[in-house]
Amino acid sequence: MRILVVEDDKDVGGFVVRGLKEAGHVVEHADNGRDGLFLAASEAFDAVVLDRMLPGGIDGLRLVETIRAQKNSVPVLILSALADVDERVRGLKAGGDDYLTKPFAFAELLARVEALARRGKAEGPVTKLVVEDLELDLLSRQVKRAGQKIDLQPREFRLLEYLMRHAGQVVTRTMLLEGVWDYHFDPQTNVIDVHVSRLRQKVDKPFPVPLIQTVRNAGYMLRAESA
Amino acid sequence: MTQSSVLSRPFQDEASDRTAGGATRRLLRSAGVRFAAVYAVLLAVSAAALALFLWWATAGLLDRQTEAAIQADAQSLSERFASGALPALVLTIEDRLTQDVEDDAIYLLVDPGQRRIAGNLEHWPQGVSENGPWYELPIERAGMRSLALVQSYNLPGGYHLLIGRDVHVRAQLRSLLTDALLWALLVVAVMASIGALVVRSLFRHTLANVSATATAIAAGDFAQRVRLSGRGDEFDQLAETINDMLDRIARLMEGVREVSNAIAHDLRTPITRARTRLEDAALHAESAPELRAAIERATADLDGIVAVFQALLRIAEIEAGSRRAAFARVDLAPLIDDVAELYGAVAEEKGITLSVAAPSSLPAYGDRELIQQALANLVDNAVKFSPPGGAVRISASATPSGVDIVVADHGPGIPAADRERATERFFRGEIARSSPGSGLGLALVQAVAQLHGGSLHLEDAQPGVVAILSLPGHDEPASHG
Repeated sequence: MRILVVEDDKDVGGFVVRGLKEAGHVVEHADNGRDGLFLAASEAFDAVVLDRMLPGGIDGLRLVETIRAQKNSVPVLILSALADVDERVRGLKAGGDDYLTKPFAFAELLARVEALARRGKAEGPVTKLVVEDLELDLLSRQVKRAGQKIDLQPREFRLLEYLMRHAGQVVTRTMLLEGVWDYHFDPQTNVIDVHVSRLRQKVDKPFPVPLIQTVRNAGYMLRAESA
Repeated sequence: MTQSSVLSRPFQDEASDRTAGGATRRLLRSAGVRFAAVYAVLLAVSAAALALFLWWATAGLLDRQTEAAIQADAQSLSERFASGALPALVLTIEDRLTQDVEDDAIYLLVDPGQRRIAGNLEHWPQGVSENGPWYELPIERAGMRSLALVQSYNLPGGYHLLIGRDVHVRAQLRSLLTDALLWALLVVAVMASIGALVVRSLFRHTLANVSATATAIAAGDFAQRVRLSGRGDEFDQLAETINDMLDRIARLMEGVREVSNAIAHDLRTPITRARTRLEDAALHAESAPELRAAIERATADLDGIVAVFQALLRIAEIEAGSRRAAFARVDLAPLIDDVAELYGAVAEEKGITLSVAAPSSLPAYGDRELIQQALANLVDNAVKFSPPGGAVRISASATPSGVDIVVADHGPGIPAADRERATERFFRGEIARSSPGSGLGLALVQAVAQLHGGSLHLEDAQPGVVAILSLPGHDEPASHG
């Protein structure tokens, strides 16, 4: 995927660019707001990673507002040291799709950027999600694996749905908390791990091939292990 | 810094500006000088107005009376001339002169050849030619020099009549009055200047009190307060307002100091740990995997530090009260169910029974996300400190004042001595110290409760803790600061 990184800090910018390239993406890097806006407006990207406080007269929020005013709907992940709830709201209101506060783990950034880029390509509403032999019917709210019906609690259903919608992508614990529970803070205990392991008991345990993978230092991913 | 030097400082600047233009500008900028100038100008203007009125009421009145008398004379003489011609007029003038007790009337009737026919002047005065205007001129009458106010009238047949009054005495009186008033004005000017200086020094004196306090505080002496005069006047009210503000600032500063001390102490440990790990790895790691593992552990330590920072900032954000703008009606029942569901799995894993007893609807007024987080922190604590096989009970009920949410556990509890301090930032009791956590959980719950105008109470459950979070109902928006 083609990703634009607008970040003025040399260390952070270089680290993000290197990491995204290693993950197989094509990356353009701008170290000030003006160049960033020029690139974002003139070339097509699958996602933009955008710092808020930028030199060059145009800060991150102005940049998003400007490209949104030009009907450019490229997914934007705002990366900022401004962590207040109000700041977060301001970032999303300006047109950002997701907001990640510094300092951040690269795995979190990568997972969120990939999820955003993928979402930008969603092909209409789906009624059924399928990964390998696992099927999730969004209309009848039924889950089957290898033709066998699996009974899930409502929350487990939503957790599995989230994982399946992001199949093949890393999903972090924070993303799950936000996407499945709508919690925008970190509970001190790692409650997510417990919920995932309960889901595993039902979805993976009775079958030979586990689908829910733990990605070290990052989160989870739904896919067949061999893939 | 001593008190006297503090007192003198705010006004030193005036003297230190040496250039004349600068000094003037500086003086004009001084409010004390402006007040003094206003006082002086007001006093001078009112004194001048008073003097003008006095003049008008005395000297002016005398002049007007003289003019009126002359005009009345002229009126009756011209009537006499019209009815009895020249001889009657001559007779009347002579009559009047003999009857003039005050000896100040002046008449002169001349023929077309300027020769005197009747009157008490020897000859027609020079310069008096026109009818109408008033002339004030020196005359000589019965060998005495004097001053007269006269008016001349033309009579039919080329005769001219001069009527006037000797105003010598009046002129003396007038000049006396003028002198007196001028002297009075001079006295007023001096008084105004002295008064202005007094006003200015009063003004300075009153402000010096406030100014000295402010200067002392700016220099770091936060114990200073503005002295009250005890008169209860506007300046006392101002002083009280300033003192209240200073008290509030002092409390806030105390809070900030506590937090920064806590940060300095409590973050030092994890930072030391991360640093040690990194240094140790740099010095002693023998292989790449070993090095990588050390770096990962240090990164995890740093993440922990970041989490503490975020919690601290969040508490500060809540305490600042800005979130109150986002308050709305919120049903607590589903929030409680959600939290119970989230932690239910963890509890089950630990063999703890987690039960919920709440009505199906619990309306309250507040910030949904913050209440959610406060609840999560309470349940998190309860589950964390409960022994395996224990029970955590969440119950909620509507009360007359709002909603009470009770989270009870069967853990080791909090000793009575620590219960007060349990909601302080970074406070961790003996038992908590050995388990993971930052010591900020209850501080956040407390901050959320206070933001909503509610409260957090910790009680002894023997064994365990009962945490009672009281929030106001939806009809009572929190209004306290």
